Amino acid sequence: MQRHLISAADLTRDDAVLILDTAEEMARVADRPIKKLPTLRGRTVVNLFFEDSTRTRISFEAAEKRLSADVINFTAKGSSVSKGESLKDTAQTLEAMGVDAVVIRHGASGAPYRLATSGWIDAAVINAGDGTHQHPTQALLDAFTMRRRLVGRDAGVGQDLSGKRITIVGDVLHSRVARSNVDLLHTLGAEVTLVAPPTLVPVGVETWPCEISYDLDTTLSKSDAVMMLRVQRERMNAAFFPTEREYSRRYGLDGDRMAKMPEHAIVMHPGPMVRGMEITAEVADSDRCTVVEQVANGVSIRMAVLYLLLGGNEPAVTHTRPPVSHHHPSNERSAHTISADEEK
Amino acid sequence: MSKILIRGAKVLGGEPQDVLIDGRTIAEVGVGLGAEGAEVVEAEGKVLLPGLVDLHTHLREPGREDSETVLTGTRAAAAGGYTAVFAMANTFPVADTAGVVEQVYRLGQEHGYCDVQPIGAVTVGLEGKKLAELGAMHESAAGVTVFSDDGKCVDDAVIMRRALEYVKAFGGVVAQHAQEPRLTEGAQMNEGIVSAELGLGGWPAVAEESIIARDVLLAEHVSSRVHICHLSTAGSVEIVRWAKSRGIDVTAEVTPHHLLLTDELVRTYDPVYKVNPPLRTERDVMALREALADGTIDIVATDHAPHPHEDKDCEWAAAAMGMVGLETALSVVQQTMVETGLLDWAGVADRMSFKPALIGRAAGHGRPVSAGEPANLTLLDTAYRGPVDPAGFASRSRNTPYEGRELPGRVTHTWLRGKATLVDGKLA
Amino acid sequence: MDTEQYKQQYEADARPVLEAPDIARVLTRIAHEIVERAKGADDVVLLGIPTRGVFLARRLADKLEEITDRKIPVGSLDITMYRDDLRMHPPRALARTEIPGDGIDGRLVVLVDDVLFSGRTIRAALDALNDIGRPRAVQLAVLVDRGHRELPIRADYVGKNLPTSLRETVKVQLAEEDGRDTVLLGAKRTSSGAQQ
Repeated sequence: MQRHLISAADLTRDDAVLILDTAEEMARVADRPIKKLPTLRGRTVVNLFFEDSTRTRISFEAAEKRLSADVINFTAKGSSVSKGESLKDTAQTLEAMGVDAVVIRHGASGAPYRLATSGWIDAAVINAGDGTHQHPTQALLDAFTMRRRLVGRDAGVGQDLSGKRITIVGDVLHSRVARSNVDLLHTLGAEVTLVAPPTLVPVGVETWPCEISYDLDTTLSKSDAVMMLRVQRERMNAAFFPTEREYSRRYGLDGDRMAKMPEHAIVMHPGPMVRGMEITAEVADSDRCTVVEQVANGVSIRMAVLYLLLGGNEPAVTHTRPPVSHHHPSNERSAHTISADEEK
Repeated sequence: MSKILIRGAKVLGGEPQDVLIDGRTIAEVGVGLGAEGAEVVEAEGKVLLPGLVDLHTHLREPGREDSETVLTGTRAAAAGGYTAVFAMANTFPVADTAGVVEQVYRLGQEHGYCDVQPIGAVTVGLEGKKLAELGAMHESAAGVTVFSDDGKCVDDAVIMRRALEYVKAFGGVVAQHAQEPRLTEGAQMNEGIVSAELGLGGWPAVAEESIIARDVLLAEHVSSRVHICHLSTAGSVEIVRWAKSRGIDVTAEVTPHHLLLTDELVRTYDPVYKVNPPLRTERDVMALREALADGTIDIVATDHAPHPHEDKDCEWAAAAMGMVGLETALSVVQQTMVETGLLDWAGVADRMSFKPALIGRAAGHGRPVSAGEPANLTLLDTAYRGPVDPAGFASRSRNTPYEGRELPGRVTHTWLRGKATLVDGKLA
Repeated sequence: MDTEQYKQQYEADARPVLEAPDIARVLTRIAHEIVERAKGADDVVLLGIPTRGVFLARRLADKLEEITDRKIPVGSLDITMYRDDLRMHPPRALARTEIPGDGIDGRLVVLVDDVLFSGRTIRAALDALNDIGRPRAVQLAVLVDRGHRELPIRADYVGKNLPTSLRETVKVQLAEEDGRDTVLLGAKRTSSGAQQ
């Protein structure tokens, strides 16, 4: 793995599978009486949030605390940032406090990349969502949720999502979730279809490793998972679509549409949901909808990412190899990383 | 003023000749000229060009002296081989009155590195609402002939039409920054494959092309001339080519960076590549080179846009748009146009001196290298190769996209009316 | 040298100190010792330390079941996240921690590992155990004790005491993982390898 996690596109298949497998073990910690591991004791992680996102911040914070890291929360509101301090100065101030990793959420696309490559700081940078660019841990937790539901909790270990058909519906243009998911799901072998009104698909999408459709109904029956993206009502005012009603009629997921999906198919949503817009209450509350699971999985994924980036003297080592069809879990693991048997 | 003999220079890239400067003018051009009483500049192997003229420079004074002043900007110009620059109007206060343009003009004259010809704003405060006093600026000591709201587009079709008509009275020209504002709200880079991936707001080619199409039709309708600033797309080239074939009096400029760089560089999220209009695609770059070669695009203009370090040392969205260009323009043109065989040095003289002087009506500039003409000259070592080092820039700002990049050619001498402003690569 | 080549070379150079029948015999002995010392082993939980300790724990459980005719709870305890040398290597992939259904509270936990060396793994295992529950007592069973302890830790059940030099390595191979049962004593590889 690289030293930072900026984009889902930077992950190899082996990186991604290692993260998912590690998250699977992390998830088991949540079932124990003491939900804490000593792994990152003495390491300091700052959650640098320039955008409001309580749920993502809490998820990272929970992951950091379960790994015993020291956590500093920094939110832009009421801080020196609102007094005009630059990202660079803020970052350097935090680094001076001895921070090992920066989890950054920023409204400007590329801000985490800039932080990681500009030479301003030495800490590892984890992108917690930047503008309309990337949100890699969201894509990872989505892939984790899909693997658990579509392949199996135990059967999924060591596996990718080869052959799974994933449909992502909604405001692709403004969505970092869509971009990250297209990259990661493609890397994991899934077939992705984006469904949106043409106004909400970016110019230049033709090079993305996915299909584009303007018609939701024809894709539903061919989907193993349908991911609904949040559509902000304000988009209506910029003429992306005529009315809320027309949008939800053409691109919203209701009970009738859900019935067209295969029996095993799941409904996903990165949250927060706009009920009545992209998703009806009936669908949101059905047991095919994985929204709550996704939140729980988010903590496990973020624990895995933090461990694999910060747990050692350098990021975890992975090797890109062709996927193996017959898996022997322990062999699979030893091929991915240094053997765990040294220094008994 | 004493005599200077430039010995053995390839005038406009031709056969070696001697050029004798006497005072403010060229006294004689020929082979084997006598050197009596003259300071001799050995120029064997070097190319001698008429002093370059930049129709598009941001000198930032008044208002943003932290990024550039008339002094530092004209020193940068001299270092880049320029003897005249047209200073854009987007200063603070805006150059929309006779007072501001005269001040900028006078500062240029006082410093003596390079003639500064102020450009007047088309509309008051660059707001696109109300015509500035174009006539007053023309009649001022600065003698403004080029008007532009550069940085902003004169997007109101009626205002644009009136401006095109109005300046005819004194032979002026409107230089349009072609950018349809609604189509470029929140725009951060060229709209296309790279912007889709990076999640940066797109600046579509059509936002430039639609304004150019409208303006050439307006110019035709009111029988005026129009100049297009920093043309950046293959589509714009097609429209200008069509307009010229129809006999419309349109001229166009291209910047050095649009001849060399593409939007692929934005993948670094390094704001040094953030510029307006944005870096486009490889296809656009090739079309621009071809158009400059065949004359569809008339001139190279730098759009030299200095910004202080802190305005670029930040995240992409927060960064200022623009690049410095005066000190690297000729090198970029040598690499992209001369070494590719698209243009010879006479062609470079045409695109970077003769034509811009003609469009801007810069008296005494863009003249042939022949006896009796003002001694505005640039001597270029075309064999030089080296990495660009911004630390050596005369400009107050360092926001060059070429840092560390190897570029060919180096200006060694510049003369402004016989006075050396640059000697052996060092400012006088 | 790639991993496969190295493995072959090592096996050619190394000397077997325990073969399959020896391993089976010492496991049987350990099983009897556990029954004896635990007075019937009715509250024993076996926790193997991945990778090979898990296989040994399962084998021991089978033998205990034969002796006691009772189902013996067996699980695995991954200690990776509790290691004290995490900062000295890239992060390792995690192995499975599988605690038997009735948990470990009030039970006699027997940790099972293949080789006892510095004692650091066992120290980590004790920490990990602490986060999972409160056993009545904890004991340690190892196939090989090669000495060189760095912590005050000792094994309750030892298959074979094997005095070694620090320049030597001990490698346990088990059929479940390696295709055969053997314990090899060899010379240390110059670069860091996967041996004990």
